[in-house]
Amino acid sequence: MPRTAKKNPVDNIFSLVTAAASFSIILLIIGILYVLVSESSLAIGKFGIWKFLSSTDWDPVKESFGALTNVYGTAFTTLLSLVIAIPVAIGIAIFVTEISPNFLKGPIGAAIELLAAIPSIIYGMWGLFTLSPIMSNHIEPFLKKIFGAVPLVGILFQGTPMGIDILTASVILSIMIIPFTASISRDSFNLTPSVVKESAYAIGATRWEVIKNVVIPYSKLGVFGGIVLSLGRALGETMAVAFVLGNNHRITTSLFDAAATITVTLANEFAEADTDIYLSSLFYLALVLFVMSFITLAIAKFFLLRAEKKYSR
Amino acid sequence: MTREQIRKTEGFIALALSTLAAFMGLFWLVFILGDVLVHGIKALKLSLFLNDPAPPGVEGGGLRNAFVGQLLITVCATLIGVPVGVLGGTFLAEYARGRGIARIISILSDIMVSVPSIVIGTFIYAVLVRPIGHFNGWAGAVALSIIMIPVVLRTTEDMLSLVPWTLREAAFALGAPYYKVITQVVYRGAATGILTGILLSIARVAGETAPLLFTSFNNSFFSLDMKQPVASLTVTIFQYAMGPYDNWHAQAWAAAFVITVFILLLTITGRLIIRWRYK
Repeated sequence: MPRTAKKNPVDNIFSLVTAAASFSIILLIIGILYVLVSESSLAIGKFGIWKFLSSTDWDPVKESFGALTNVYGTAFTTLLSLVIAIPVAIGIAIFVTEISPNFLKGPIGAAIELLAAIPSIIYGMWGLFTLSPIMSNHIEPFLKKIFGAVPLVGILFQGTPMGIDILTASVILSIMIIPFTASISRDSFNLTPSVVKESAYAIGATRWEVIKNVVIPYSKLGVFGGIVLSLGRALGETMAVAFVLGNNHRITTSLFDAAATITVTLANEFAEADTDIYLSSLFYLALVLFVMSFITLAIAKFFLLRAEKKYSR
Repeated sequence: MTREQIRKTEGFIALALSTLAAFMGLFWLVFILGDVLVHGIKALKLSLFLNDPAPPGVEGGGLRNAFVGQLLITVCATLIGVPVGVLGGTFLAEYARGRGIARIISILSDIMVSVPSIVIGTFIYAVLVRPIGHFNGWAGAVALSIIMIPVVLRTTEDMLSLVPWTLREAAFALGAPYYKVITQVVYRGAATGILTGILLSIARVAGETAPLLFTSFNNSFFSLDMKQPVASLTVTIFQYAMGPYDNWHAQAWAAAFVITVFILLLTITGRLIIRWRYK
Protein backbone atom coordinates (compact mmCIF):
# COMPACT_ATOMS: atom_id res chain seq x y z
CA MET A 1 0.00 0.00 0.00
CA PRO A 2 1.43 3.41 -0.93
CA ARG A 3 2.22 5.76 1.94
CA THR A 4 0.26 8.69 0.54
CA ALA A 5 -2.96 6.68 0.66
CA LYS A 6 -3.03 6.81 4.45
CA LYS A 7 -3.20 10.59 4.50
CA ASN A 8 -6.65 10.74 2.97
CA PRO A 9 -9.28 11.14 5.75
CA VAL A 10 -11.95 9.10 3.94
CA ASP A 11 -9.41 6.38 3.49
CA ASN A 12 -8.73 6.33 7.22
CA ILE A 13 -12.42 5.94 7.97
CA PHE A 14 -12.84 3.23 5.34
CA SER A 15 -9.87 1.28 6.65
CA LEU A 16 -11.24 1.52 10.21
CA VAL A 17 -14.68 0.28 9.10
CA THR A 18 -13.21 -2.71 7.28
CA ALA A 19 -10.96 -3.45 10.26
CA ALA A 20 -13.96 -3.39 12.59
CA ALA A 21 -15.85 -5.76 10.30
CA SER A 22 -13.06 -8.29 10.23
CA PHE A 23 -12.40 -8.05 13.97
CA SER A 24 -16.06 -8.98 14.46
CA ILE A 25 -14.96 -12.59 13.95
CA ILE A 26 -12.64 -12.45 16.96
CA LEU A 27 -15.27 -10.55 18.94
CA LEU A 28 -17.88 -13.18 18.09
CA ILE A 29 -15.71 -16.06 19.26
CA ILE A 30 -14.86 -14.30 22.52
CA GLY A 31 -18.49 -13.22 22.90
CA ILE A 32 -19.85 -16.74 22.41
CA LEU A 33 -17.34 -18.15 24.89
CA TYR A 34 -18.08 -15.42 27.46
CA VAL A 35 -21.86 -15.69 27.18
CA LEU A 36 -21.84 -19.48 27.36
CA VAL A 37 -19.56 -19.48 30.42
CA SER A 38 -21.57 -16.83 32.25
CA GLU A 39 -24.91 -18.48 31.41
CA SER A 40 -23.68 -21.84 32.62
CA SER A 41 -22.01 -20.46 35.75
CA LEU A 42 -24.93 -21.66 37.89
CA ALA A 43 -24.44 -25.24 36.69
CA ILE A 44 -20.64 -24.97 36.82
CA GLY A 45 -20.95 -23.84 40.44
CA LYS A 46 -23.30 -26.65 41.37
CA PHE A 47 -21.80 -29.58 39.47
CA GLY A 48 -18.20 -28.51 38.90
CA ILE A 49 -16.30 -29.52 35.78
CA TRP A 50 -15.18 -33.08 36.31
CA LYS A 51 -18.37 -34.14 38.10
CA PHE A 52 -20.54 -32.71 35.32
CA LEU A 53 -18.54 -34.44 32.61
CA SER A 54 -18.49 -37.80 34.40
CA SER A 55 -22.05 -37.95 35.69
CA THR A 56 -24.68 -39.95 33.80
CA ASP A 57 -27.57 -38.18 35.54
CA TRP A 58 -29.99 -36.19 33.42
CA ASP A 59 -32.97 -35.66 35.65
CA PRO A 60 -34.91 -32.37 35.35
CA VAL A 61 -37.23 -33.38 38.21
CA LYS A 62 -34.45 -33.95 40.76
CA GLU A 63 -32.47 -31.12 39.15
CA SER A 64 -29.42 -33.31 38.80
CA PHE A 65 -27.51 -33.00 35.53
CA GLY A 66 -24.40 -34.56 33.98
CA ALA A 67 -23.01 -34.50 30.47
CA LEU A 68 -21.69 -38.04 30.14
CA THR A 69 -24.68 -39.62 28.36
CA ASN A 70 -24.70 -36.77 25.85
CA VAL A 71 -20.95 -36.76 25.29
CA TYR A 72 -21.04 -40.55 24.97
CA GLY A 73 -23.84 -40.38 22.39
CA THR A 74 -22.00 -37.69 20.45
CA ALA A 75 -18.74 -39.65 20.48
CA PHE A 76 -20.43 -42.95 19.59
CA THR A 77 -22.43 -41.65 16.61
CA THR A 78 -19.55 -39.51 15.35
CA LEU A 79 -16.94 -42.29 15.48
CA LEU A 80 -19.29 -44.84 13.93
CA SER A 81 -20.15 -42.43 11.12
CA LEU A 82 -16.42 -41.87 10.48
CA VAL A 83 -15.83 -45.63 10.33
CA ILE A 84 -18.54 -45.88 7.66
CA ALA A 85 -17.62 -42.70 5.78
CA ILE A 86 -13.81 -42.83 5.54
CA PRO A 87 -13.44 -45.92 3.31
CA VAL A 88 -16.23 -44.74 1.02
CA ALA A 89 -14.87 -41.19 0.82
CA ILE A 90 -11.32 -42.34 0.05
CA GLY A 91 -12.72 -44.80 -2.50
CA ILE A 92 -14.54 -41.94 -4.18
CA ALA A 93 -11.38 -39.81 -4.20
CA ILE A 94 -9.38 -42.69 -5.72
CA PHE A 95 -12.05 -43.24 -8.37
CA VAL A 96 -12.25 -39.59 -9.34
CA THR A 97 -8.49 -39.00 -9.49
CA GLU A 98 -7.08 -42.28 -10.77
CA ILE A 99 -9.72 -44.51 -12.33
CA SER A 100 -12.50 -42.46 -13.86
CA PRO A 101 -12.28 -41.46 -17.54
CA ASN A 102 -11.70 -37.73 -17.92
CA PHE A 103 -15.20 -36.82 -19.05
CA LEU A 104 -16.69 -38.35 -15.88
CA LYS A 105 -14.34 -36.66 -13.38
CA GLY A 106 -16.13 -33.32 -13.30
CA PRO A 107 -19.72 -34.57 -13.16
CA ILE A 108 -19.07 -37.20 -10.48
CA GLY A 109 -17.07 -34.79 -8.34
CA ALA A 110 -19.82 -32.17 -8.66
CA ALA A 111 -22.53 -34.70 -7.83
CA ILE A 112 -20.73 -35.80 -4.67
CA GLU A 113 -20.32 -32.16 -3.65
CA LEU A 114 -24.04 -31.60 -4.17
CA LEU A 115 -24.55 -34.03 -1.29
CA ALA A 116 -22.93 -31.39 0.92
CA ALA A 117 -25.37 -28.72 -0.28
CA ILE A 118 -28.49 -30.60 0.79
CA PRO A 119 -29.64 -29.04 4.09
CA SER A 120 -29.35 -31.23 7.15
CA ILE A 121 -33.08 -31.04 7.88
CA ILE A 122 -33.73 -32.82 4.58
CA TYR A 123 -31.34 -35.59 5.64
CA GLY A 124 -33.16 -35.84 8.95
CA MET A 125 -36.60 -36.00 7.41
CA TRP A 126 -35.51 -38.51 4.77
CA GLY A 127 -33.91 -40.54 7.55
CA LEU A 128 -37.12 -40.58 9.58
CA PHE A 129 -39.55 -41.43 6.79
CA THR A 130 -37.44 -43.49 4.38
CA LEU A 131 -34.19 -44.80 5.83
CA SER A 132 -35.45 -45.68 9.31
CA PRO A 133 -38.15 -48.17 8.10
CA ILE A 134 -35.62 -49.78 5.73
CA MET A 135 -33.14 -50.12 8.59
CA SER A 136 -35.64 -51.60 11.05
CA ASN A 137 -37.29 -53.98 8.56
CA HIS A 138 -34.36 -55.23 6.52
CA ILE A 139 -30.83 -54.18 7.41
CA GLU A 140 -30.88 -54.31 11.21
CA PRO A 141 -32.59 -57.76 11.55
CA PHE A 142 -30.08 -59.04 8.98
CA LEU A 143 -27.12 -57.65 10.96
CA LYS A 144 -28.58 -59.07 14.15
CA LYS A 145 -28.91 -62.53 12.62
CA ILE A 146 -25.28 -62.54 11.49
CA PHE A 147 -23.48 -60.80 14.36
CA GLY A 148 -25.93 -61.12 17.27
CA ALA A 149 -24.55 -64.44 18.48
CA VAL A 150 -20.87 -63.65 17.90
CA PRO A 151 -19.10 -63.15 21.23
CA LEU A 152 -17.91 -59.57 22.02
CA VAL A 153 -19.15 -58.07 18.72
CA GLY A 154 -22.63 -59.37 19.57
CA ILE A 155 -23.01 -56.72 22.29
CA LEU A 156 -23.35 -54.13 19.54
CA PHE A 157 -26.31 -55.92 17.99
CA GLN A 158 -28.66 -56.58 20.91
CA GLY A 159 -32.24 -55.46 21.39
CA THR A 160 -35.18 -54.94 19.06
CA PRO A 161 -34.27 -53.09 15.86
CA MET A 162 -36.59 -50.07 15.84
CA GLY A 163 -34.85 -47.92 13.22
CA ILE A 164 -34.73 -44.96 15.63
CA ASP A 165 -31.26 -45.67 16.96
CA ILE A 166 -27.51 -45.06 16.90
CA LEU A 167 -26.92 -47.05 13.71
CA THR A 168 -29.49 -45.14 11.61
CA ALA A 169 -28.22 -41.80 12.92
CA SER A 170 -24.61 -42.78 12.14
CA VAL A 171 -25.46 -43.88 8.60
CA ILE A 172 -27.12 -40.51 7.93
CA LEU A 173 -24.19 -38.65 9.47
CA SER A 174 -21.77 -40.66 7.35
CA ILE A 175 -23.63 -39.73 4.15
CA MET A 176 -23.40 -36.08 5.23
CA ILE A 177 -19.66 -36.09 5.85
CA ILE A 178 -18.61 -38.19 2.84
CA PRO A 179 -18.47 -35.13 0.54
CA PHE A 180 -16.10 -33.23 2.88
CA THR A 181 -13.63 -36.06 3.26
CA ALA A 182 -13.92 -37.04 -0.40
CA SER A 183 -13.33 -33.59 -1.84
CA ILE A 184 -10.35 -32.79 0.41
CA SER A 185 -8.84 -36.23 -0.28
CA ARG A 186 -9.36 -35.73 -4.01
CA ASP A 187 -7.63 -32.35 -3.92
CA SER A 188 -4.73 -33.83 -1.94
CA PHE A 189 -4.41 -36.81 -4.31
CA ASN A 190 -4.38 -34.43 -7.27
CA LEU A 191 -1.35 -32.64 -5.82
CA THR A 192 0.88 -35.70 -6.08
CA PRO A 193 3.46 -34.79 -8.76
CA SER A 194 3.01 -36.94 -11.85
CA VAL A 195 6.79 -37.42 -12.05
CA VAL A 196 6.69 -39.37 -8.78
CA LYS A 197 3.79 -41.50 -9.98
CA GLU A 198 5.41 -42.08 -13.35
CA SER A 199 8.63 -43.28 -11.76
CA ALA A 200 6.62 -45.84 -9.80
CA TYR A 201 4.89 -47.01 -12.98
CA ALA A 202 8.28 -47.18 -14.68
CA ILE A 203 9.60 -49.75 -12.23
CA GLY A 204 6.54 -51.90 -12.90
CA ALA A 205 4.09 -51.00 -10.15
CA THR A 206 0.40 -51.69 -10.82
CA ARG A 207 -2.08 -48.84 -10.65
CA TRP A 208 -3.25 -49.87 -7.17
CA GLU A 209 0.35 -50.12 -5.94
CA VAL A 210 1.00 -46.59 -7.17
CA ILE A 211 -2.07 -45.36 -5.29
CA LYS A 212 -1.27 -47.35 -2.16
CA ASN A 213 2.47 -46.73 -1.99
CA VAL A 214 2.90 -43.34 -3.66
CA VAL A 215 -0.28 -41.26 -3.81
CA ILE A 216 -1.71 -42.02 -0.35
CA PRO A 217 1.57 -41.67 1.58
CA TYR A 218 2.31 -38.46 -0.29
CA SER A 219 -1.06 -36.90 0.52
CA LYS A 220 -1.75 -38.35 3.96
CA LEU A 221 -1.49 -34.98 5.76
CA GLY A 222 -4.26 -33.49 3.66
CA VAL A 223 -6.43 -36.59 3.88
CA PHE A 224 -6.00 -36.67 7.66
CA GLY A 225 -6.92 -32.99 7.87
CA GLY A 226 -10.04 -33.71 5.83
CA ILE A 227 -11.01 -36.54 8.16
CA VAL A 228 -10.60 -34.39 11.28
CA LEU A 229 -12.61 -31.62 9.61
CA SER A 230 -15.43 -34.09 8.96
CA LEU A 231 -15.18 -35.18 12.58
CA GLY A 232 -15.64 -31.58 13.70
CA ARG A 233 -18.62 -31.22 11.37
CA ALA A 234 -20.24 -34.43 12.60
CA LEU A 235 -19.84 -33.42 16.27
CA GLY A 236 -22.08 -30.40 15.81
CA GLU A 237 -24.63 -31.82 13.40
CA THR A 238 -28.10 -31.37 14.82
CA MET A 239 -31.10 -31.78 12.57
CA ALA A 240 -29.90 -34.84 10.66
CA VAL A 241 -29.70 -36.84 13.89
CA ALA A 242 -32.50 -35.16 15.87
CA PHE A 243 -35.12 -37.06 13.87
CA VAL A 244 -33.71 -40.55 14.21
CA LEU A 245 -31.83 -40.82 17.50
CA GLY A 246 -34.69 -40.72 20.00
CA ASN A 247 -33.70 -38.67 23.01
CA ASN A 248 -32.59 -41.28 25.45
CA HIS A 249 -30.30 -40.24 28.32
CA ARG A 250 -28.69 -43.59 29.03
CA ILE A 251 -25.33 -45.16 28.32
CA THR A 252 -26.16 -47.88 25.83
CA THR A 253 -23.94 -50.42 24.14
CA SER A 254 -26.13 -51.66 21.31
CA LEU A 255 -26.32 -50.00 17.91
CA PHE A 256 -30.07 -50.62 18.05
CA ASP A 257 -30.60 -48.42 21.12
CA ALA A 258 -31.87 -44.87 21.09
CA ALA A 259 -29.40 -42.35 22.51
CA ALA A 260 -28.88 -38.62 22.93
CA THR A 261 -26.14 -36.38 21.59
CA ILE A 262 -25.38 -32.91 22.93
CA THR A 263 -27.01 -31.36 19.88
CA VAL A 264 -30.16 -33.51 20.08
CA THR A 265 -30.59 -32.71 23.77
CA LEU A 266 -30.25 -28.99 23.05
CA ALA A 267 -32.69 -29.12 20.13
CA ASN A 268 -35.32 -31.03 22.09
CA GLU A 269 -35.07 -29.50 25.53
CA PHE A 270 -33.70 -25.96 25.26
CA ALA A 271 -36.99 -24.20 24.50
CA GLU A 272 -38.76 -26.17 27.24
CA ALA A 273 -36.31 -25.87 30.13
CA ASP A 274 -38.40 -24.52 32.99
CA THR A 275 -35.93 -24.10 35.84
CA ASP A 276 -32.81 -21.94 36.01
CA ILE A 277 -30.49 -24.83 36.78
CA TYR A 278 -31.97 -26.86 33.89
CA LEU A 279 -31.38 -24.04 31.39
CA SER A 280 -27.95 -23.37 32.87
CA SER A 281 -27.01 -27.04 32.46
CA LEU A 282 -28.09 -26.88 28.82
CA PHE A 283 -25.88 -23.84 28.31
CA TYR A 284 -23.10 -25.84 29.97
CA LEU A 285 -23.66 -28.62 27.39
CA ALA A 286 -23.50 -26.05 24.59
CA LEU A 287 -20.22 -24.79 26.07
CA VAL A 288 -18.78 -28.32 26.14
CA LEU A 289 -19.82 -28.80 22.50
CA PHE A 290 -18.37 -25.45 21.46
CA VAL A 291 -15.00 -26.20 23.08
CA MET A 292 -14.93 -29.77 21.69
CA SER A 293 -15.69 -28.75 18.12
CA PHE A 294 -13.49 -25.65 18.22
CA ILE A 295 -10.47 -27.73 19.28
CA THR A 296 -11.23 -30.42 16.69
CA LEU A 297 -11.60 -27.86 13.90
CA ALA A 298 -8.42 -26.08 14.98
CA ILE A 299 -6.51 -29.39 14.77
CA ALA A 300 -8.00 -30.01 11.31
CA LYS A 301 -6.97 -26.54 10.18
CA PHE A 302 -3.46 -27.13 11.56
CA PHE A 303 -3.01 -30.28 9.48
CA LEU A 304 -4.53 -28.74 6.36
CA LEU A 305 -2.20 -25.74 6.65
CA ARG A 306 0.80 -28.00 7.09
CA ALA A 307 -0.30 -30.02 4.07
CA GLU A 308 -0.66 -26.82 2.05
CA LYS A 309 2.84 -25.73 3.04
CA LYS A 310 4.30 -29.10 2.15
CA TYR A 311 2.71 -29.23 -1.30
CA SER A 312 3.48 -25.65 -2.22
CA ARG A 313 7.22 -26.28 -1.86
CA MET B 1 -1.11 -68.23 -8.39
CA THR B 2 2.10 -66.50 -9.28
CA ARG B 3 3.18 -63.38 -7.47
CA GLU B 4 2.29 -61.30 -10.49
CA GLN B 5 -1.25 -62.67 -10.59
CA ILE B 6 -1.73 -61.94 -6.89
CA ARG B 7 -0.64 -58.33 -7.42
CA LYS B 8 -2.96 -57.94 -10.36
CA THR B 9 -5.94 -59.48 -8.53
CA GLU B 10 -5.31 -57.30 -5.49
CA GLY B 11 -5.23 -54.23 -7.72
CA PHE B 12 -8.39 -55.25 -9.52
CA ILE B 13 -10.28 -55.78 -6.26
CA ALA B 14 -9.14 -52.45 -4.80
CA LEU B 15 -10.06 -50.49 -7.93
CA ALA B 16 -13.42 -52.26 -8.18
CA LEU B 17 -14.18 -51.32 -4.56
CA SER B 18 -13.27 -47.69 -5.25
CA THR B 19 -15.59 -47.62 -8.23
CA LEU B 20 -18.28 -49.13 -6.07
CA ALA B 21 -17.70 -46.36 -3.48
CA ALA B 22 -18.17 -43.68 -6.13
CA PHE B 23 -21.42 -45.25 -7.24
CA MET B 24 -22.52 -45.55 -3.63
CA GLY B 25 -22.10 -41.76 -3.26
CA LEU B 26 -24.16 -41.22 -6.41
CA PHE B 27 -26.71 -43.74 -5.16
CA TRP B 28 -27.30 -41.75 -1.95
CA LEU B 29 -27.65 -38.51 -3.89
CA VAL B 30 -30.20 -39.99 -6.28
CA PHE B 31 -31.99 -41.80 -3.45
CA ILE B 32 -32.40 -38.70 -1.27
CA LEU B 33 -33.20 -36.25 -4.06
CA GLY B 34 -35.53 -38.72 -5.75
CA ASP B 35 -37.37 -39.33 -2.51
CA VAL B 36 -37.82 -35.60 -1.85
CA LEU B 37 -38.91 -35.12 -5.47
CA VAL B 38 -41.51 -37.92 -5.47
CA HIS B 39 -43.05 -37.08 -2.10
CA GLY B 40 -42.74 -33.33 -2.62
CA ILE B 41 -44.38 -33.07 -6.03
CA LYS B 42 -47.24 -35.26 -4.85
CA ALA B 43 -47.98 -32.83 -2.02
CA LEU B 44 -47.30 -29.64 -3.94
CA LYS B 45 -50.49 -27.59 -4.32
CA LEU B 46 -51.17 -23.97 -5.03
CA SER B 47 -53.02 -23.68 -1.72
CA LEU B 48 -49.73 -24.43 0.03
CA PHE B 49 -48.44 -20.99 -0.94
CA LEU B 50 -51.72 -19.10 -0.52
CA ASN B 51 -53.21 -20.36 2.75
CA ASP B 52 -52.05 -20.18 6.33
CA PRO B 53 -51.95 -23.37 8.42
CA ALA B 54 -55.21 -25.03 9.39
CA PRO B 55 -55.67 -26.03 13.06
CA PRO B 56 -53.89 -29.32 13.94
CA GLY B 57 -55.74 -32.37 12.62
CA VAL B 58 -57.92 -30.36 10.22
CA GLU B 59 -57.36 -31.06 6.52
CA GLY B 60 -56.28 -28.31 4.14
CA GLY B 61 -54.40 -25.17 4.97
CA GLY B 62 -51.01 -24.15 3.66
CA LEU B 63 -47.67 -22.74 4.70
CA ARG B 64 -47.90 -19.18 3.43
CA ASN B 65 -46.73 -17.88 6.80
CA ALA B 66 -43.62 -20.10 6.71
CA PHE B 67 -42.67 -19.20 3.13
CA VAL B 68 -42.97 -15.49 3.84
CA GLY B 69 -41.27 -15.82 7.24
CA GLN B 70 -38.36 -17.78 5.78
CA LEU B 71 -37.91 -15.14 3.09
CA LEU B 72 -38.06 -12.35 5.66
CA ILE B 73 -35.49 -13.94 7.99
CA THR B 74 -33.14 -14.86 5.14
CA VAL B 75 -33.29 -11.39 3.58
CA CYS B 76 -32.64 -9.70 6.93
CA ALA B 77 -29.77 -12.08 7.65
CA THR B 78 -28.29 -11.29 4.23
CA LEU B 79 -28.62 -7.54 4.83
CA ILE B 80 -26.65 -7.88 8.09
CA GLY B 81 -24.19 -10.58 7.10
CA VAL B 82 -23.13 -9.52 3.60
CA PRO B 83 -21.86 -5.98 4.37
CA VAL B 84 -19.93 -7.17 7.44
CA GLY B 85 -18.49 -10.11 5.53
CA VAL B 86 -17.49 -8.15 2.43
CA LEU B 87 -15.93 -5.30 4.44
CA GLY B 88 -14.12 -7.76 6.71
CA GLY B 89 -12.76 -9.64 3.70
CA THR B 90 -11.64 -6.32 2.23
CA PHE B 91 -9.59 -5.56 5.33
CA LEU B 92 -7.87 -8.95 5.19
CA ALA B 93 -7.07 -8.78 1.48
CA GLU B 94 -6.19 -5.07 1.25
CA TYR B 95 -5.26 -3.07 4.35
CA ALA B 96 -3.90 -6.03 6.34
CA ARG B 97 -2.57 -8.00 3.36
CA GLY B 98 0.35 -10.17 4.38
CA ARG B 99 0.19 -9.21 8.06
CA GLY B 100 -0.06 -11.75 10.86
CA ILE B 101 -3.43 -10.46 12.03
CA ALA B 102 -4.97 -11.12 8.59
CA ARG B 103 -3.74 -14.70 8.75
CA ILE B 104 -5.13 -15.24 12.27
CA ILE B 105 -8.56 -13.82 11.41
CA SER B 106 -8.62 -15.85 8.23
CA ILE B 107 -7.92 -19.08 10.13
CA LEU B 108 -10.46 -18.22 12.84
CA SER B 109 -13.15 -17.59 10.21
CA ASP B 110 -12.41 -20.95 8.64
CA ILE B 111 -13.06 -22.49 12.04
CA MET B 112 -16.19 -20.37 12.58
CA VAL B 113 -17.61 -21.64 9.29
CA SER B 114 -17.86 -25.11 10.80
CA VAL B 115 -18.79 -24.27 14.40
CA PRO B 116 -22.05 -26.05 15.33
CA SER B 117 -24.94 -23.81 14.32
CA ILE B 118 -26.97 -24.87 17.35
CA VAL B 119 -24.34 -23.30 19.63
CA ILE B 120 -24.90 -20.00 17.82
CA GLY B 121 -28.62 -20.48 18.50
CA THR B 122 -28.02 -20.79 22.25
CA PHE B 123 -25.72 -17.74 22.17
CA ILE B 124 -28.35 -15.59 20.45
CA TYR B 125 -31.01 -16.89 22.86
CA ALA B 126 -28.97 -15.53 25.76
CA VAL B 127 -28.25 -12.22 24.03
CA LEU B 128 -31.38 -11.35 22.03
CA VAL B 129 -34.25 -13.53 23.25
CA ARG B 130 -34.11 -13.70 27.03
CA PRO B 131 -33.45 -9.98 27.64
CA ILE B 132 -36.46 -9.16 25.41
CA GLY B 133 -38.61 -11.81 27.03
CA HIS B 134 -39.89 -13.67 23.96
CA PHE B 135 -38.73 -15.29 20.74
CA ASN B 136 -38.42 -12.86 17.84
CA GLY B 137 -37.60 -12.76 14.15
CA TRP B 138 -34.59 -10.47 14.52
CA ALA B 139 -32.88 -13.00 16.77
CA GLY B 140 -33.25 -15.62 14.02
CA ALA B 141 -31.92 -13.24 11.39
CA VAL B 142 -28.89 -12.30 13.50
CA ALA B 143 -28.17 -15.98 14.23
CA LEU B 144 -28.17 -16.75 10.49
CA SER B 145 -26.06 -13.68 9.74
CA ILE B 146 -23.42 -14.93 12.21
CA ILE B 147 -23.20 -18.12 10.16
CA MET B 148 -23.00 -16.06 6.99
CA ILE B 149 -20.28 -13.59 7.97
CA PRO B 150 -17.29 -15.98 7.99
CA VAL B 151 -18.39 -17.59 4.70
CA VAL B 152 -18.71 -14.24 2.89
CA LEU B 153 -15.56 -12.90 4.55
CA ARG B 154 -13.38 -15.77 3.35
CA THR B 155 -14.68 -15.83 -0.22
CA THR B 156 -14.31 -12.04 -0.46
CA GLU B 157 -10.74 -12.29 0.79
CA ASP B 158 -9.92 -15.01 -1.73
CA MET B 159 -11.58 -13.20 -4.61
CA LEU B 160 -9.89 -9.86 -3.87
CA SER B 161 -6.53 -11.60 -3.65
CA LEU B 162 -7.06 -12.89 -7.21
CA VAL B 163 -7.20 -9.33 -8.57
CA PRO B 164 -3.68 -8.60 -9.90
CA TRP B 165 -1.69 -6.12 -7.81
CA THR B 166 -0.58 -4.27 -10.96
CA LEU B 167 -4.20 -3.18 -11.49
CA ARG B 168 -4.09 -1.37 -8.14
CA GLU B 169 -0.74 0.15 -8.96
CA ALA B 170 -2.16 1.56 -12.17
CA ALA B 171 -4.92 3.26 -10.16
CA PHE B 172 -2.44 4.51 -7.51
CA ALA B 173 -0.36 6.02 -10.30
CA LEU B 174 -3.33 8.16 -11.26
CA GLY B 175 -3.31 9.52 -7.71
CA ALA B 176 -6.38 7.66 -6.45
CA PRO B 177 -6.57 7.11 -2.67
CA TYR B 178 -6.72 3.49 -1.55
CA TYR B 179 -10.44 3.46 -0.75
CA LYS B 180 -11.22 4.64 -4.28
CA VAL B 181 -8.90 2.02 -5.70
CA ILE B 182 -10.74 -0.64 -3.69
CA THR B 183 -14.29 0.47 -4.41
CA GLN B 184 -13.82 1.42 -8.07
CA VAL B 185 -11.13 -0.94 -9.31
CA VAL B 186 -10.71 -3.97 -7.04
CA TYR B 187 -14.41 -4.52 -6.31
CA ARG B 188 -15.21 -4.31 -10.02
CA GLY B 189 -12.55 -6.85 -10.85
CA ALA B 190 -13.81 -9.25 -8.19
CA ALA B 191 -17.55 -8.54 -8.45
CA THR B 192 -18.55 -11.87 -9.97
CA GLY B 193 -16.57 -13.80 -7.39
CA ILE B 194 -17.96 -11.87 -4.44
CA LEU B 195 -21.50 -12.23 -5.77
CA THR B 196 -20.99 -15.96 -6.11
CA GLY B 197 -19.76 -16.14 -2.53
CA ILE B 198 -22.91 -14.31 -1.41
CA LEU B 199 -25.13 -16.70 -3.40
CA LEU B 200 -23.43 -19.72 -1.84
CA SER B 201 -23.68 -18.24 1.66
CA ILE B 202 -27.42 -17.66 1.17
CA ALA B 203 -27.74 -21.27 0.06
CA ARG B 204 -25.88 -22.28 3.20
CA VAL B 205 -28.14 -20.43 5.67
CA ALA B 206 -31.47 -20.94 3.89
CA GLY B 207 -31.51 -24.57 5.02
CA GLU B 208 -30.40 -23.94 8.59
CA THR B 209 -32.82 -25.10 11.25
CA ALA B 210 -30.92 -25.49 14.50
CA PRO B 211 -30.11 -21.77 15.05
CA LEU B 212 -33.77 -20.83 14.48
CA LEU B 213 -35.26 -23.29 16.97
CA PHE B 214 -34.85 -21.00 19.94
CA THR B 215 -34.48 -17.63 18.27
CA SER B 216 -37.26 -16.95 15.75
CA PHE B 217 -39.07 -20.10 16.98
CA ASN B 218 -42.30 -20.66 15.06
CA ASN B 219 -45.61 -18.95 14.48
CA SER B 220 -48.83 -20.59 13.25
CA PHE B 221 -50.16 -17.28 12.04
CA PHE B 222 -49.15 -14.98 9.23
CA SER B 223 -46.88 -12.28 10.61
CA LEU B 224 -44.49 -9.72 9.18
CA ASP B 225 -43.49 -8.39 12.60
CA MET B 226 -39.82 -9.21 13.15
CA LYS B 227 -40.18 -8.33 16.83
CA GLN B 228 -42.47 -11.34 17.29
CA PRO B 229 -41.88 -15.05 16.64
CA VAL B 230 -41.66 -15.67 12.89
CA ALA B 231 -42.41 -18.98 11.18
CA SER B 232 -39.72 -20.50 8.98
CA LEU B 233 -39.92 -23.38 6.53
CA THR B 234 -37.19 -25.37 8.20
CA VAL B 235 -38.59 -25.21 11.74
CA THR B 236 -42.05 -25.96 10.31
CA ILE B 237 -40.64 -29.04 8.54
CA PHE B 238 -39.15 -30.23 11.84
CA GLN B 239 -42.42 -29.70 13.71
CA TYR B 240 -44.66 -31.17 11.00
CA ALA B 241 -42.47 -34.19 10.27
CA MET B 242 -42.29 -35.09 13.96
CA GLY B 243 -46.06 -34.51 14.34
CA PRO B 244 -48.72 -37.22 14.22
CA TYR B 245 -50.84 -36.15 11.21
CA ASP B 246 -50.45 -37.45 7.64
CA ASN B 247 -51.58 -34.08 6.37
CA TRP B 248 -48.64 -32.47 8.21
CA HIS B 249 -46.20 -35.01 6.80
CA ALA B 250 -47.35 -34.28 3.24
CA GLN B 251 -46.91 -30.54 3.76
CA ALA B 252 -43.48 -31.10 5.30
CA TRP B 253 -42.43 -33.02 2.16
CA ALA B 254 -43.73 -30.22 -0.06
CA ALA B 255 -41.81 -27.63 1.98
CA ALA B 256 -38.70 -29.84 1.88
CA PHE B 257 -39.04 -30.07 -1.91
CA VAL B 258 -39.28 -26.30 -2.34
CA ILE B 259 -36.34 -25.54 -0.07
CA THR B 260 -34.15 -28.25 -1.60
CA VAL B 261 -34.82 -27.06 -5.14
CA PHE B 262 -34.12 -23.46 -4.11
CA ILE B 263 -30.82 -24.33 -2.42
CA LEU B 264 -29.60 -26.68 -5.14
CA LEU B 265 -30.39 -24.08 -7.83
CA LEU B 266 -28.42 -21.43 -5.90
CA THR B 267 -25.51 -23.82 -5.36
CA ILE B 268 -25.37 -24.99 -8.97
CA THR B 269 -25.64 -21.41 -10.27
CA GLY B 270 -22.80 -20.34 -7.98
CA ARG B 271 -20.59 -23.20 -9.10
CA LEU B 272 -21.30 -22.63 -12.78
CA ILE B 273 -20.40 -18.96 -12.42
CA ILE B 274 -17.12 -19.88 -10.71
CA ARG B 275 -16.30 -22.40 -13.43
CA TRP B 276 -17.23 -20.00 -16.21
CA ARG B 277 -15.32 -17.06 -14.74
CA TYR B 278 -12.23 -18.63 -13.19
CA LYS B 279 -11.26 -21.68 -15.22
